[in-house]
Amino acid sequence: MSRIQESVIIRTVVRIMVPFIELFALYVIMHGAGGPGGGFQGGVIFGAAIILYAMIYGIAEGKQKMSDALDRILASTGLTIYAGTGLLCLFFGGMFLQYGAVPLIPNDPATVSKYLIDLVEIGIGTTVAAIMISLFFDVSPPESEEGELPEELPDHEGVDG
Amino acid sequence: MKTLALLVVVITGAMLIYAGQDLPPFGDPNTDMYQHRMTQYFIENSKTESGVPNIVTALLANYRGYDTLGETTVIFTAGMAVMLLLRRRER
Repeated sequence: MSRIQESVIIRTVVRIMVPFIELFALYVIMHGAGGPGGGFQGGVIFGAAIILYAMIYGIAEGKQKMSDALDRILASTGLTIYAGTGLLCLFFGGMFLQYGAVPLIPNDPATVSKYLIDLVEIGIGTTVAAIMISLFFDVSPPESEEGELPEELPDHEGVDG
Repeated sequence: MKTLALLVVVITGAMLIYAGQDLPPFGDPNTDMYQHRMTQYFIENSKTESGVPNIVTALLANYRGYDTLGETTVIFTAGMAVMLLLRRRER
């Protein structure tokens, strides 16, 4: 465990900040229709929150929050939500991803389109977040998976300050 | 090798700065890009057609939603390919 990971200040700050970063990510995803933001940006922010947690608390702890199996399921679920929305429009007689064709609210295709765009953004965000976390765990060292890191070198003679 | 890399970076940067001189002025409404009838159409109709006030989102998720589906698929496929390549551990 490195000196940064042992620091009480960093561990406490990360523990406090991670829920707020996740909340902000959800805000960015849902705000995509009304202002700057969207699924790609919010997904990356959400992934960064989990990556930050795994960096400070260790890979094993991070995988308890987001296991590989859950990660893979979420990555494919997001894409399924997106493609499923497109197929839903086909089912109701529109073209692929023609949101207005879904008779969610009668005679108001624009509002239906607004809600389905939000749904699509959620799908994008889920996939992007899961893939970001997956990429981080892909390049993380495998020996830290067991939770026990290799012993520190016994003498620190060569290290100054 | 470092000198060569520095040279490549400097030449590329100089070319980009030179090409950047030809860009239209920022926010100028008289450029071709803003005068194009597609731009006019999106500015006038994206709110009523797609229901979202953000024109960027209307374009991204509605007018070219098929393209965005492809982009998401690219990210998904890239992540899965990296997982297949790097997680080859003995087990």
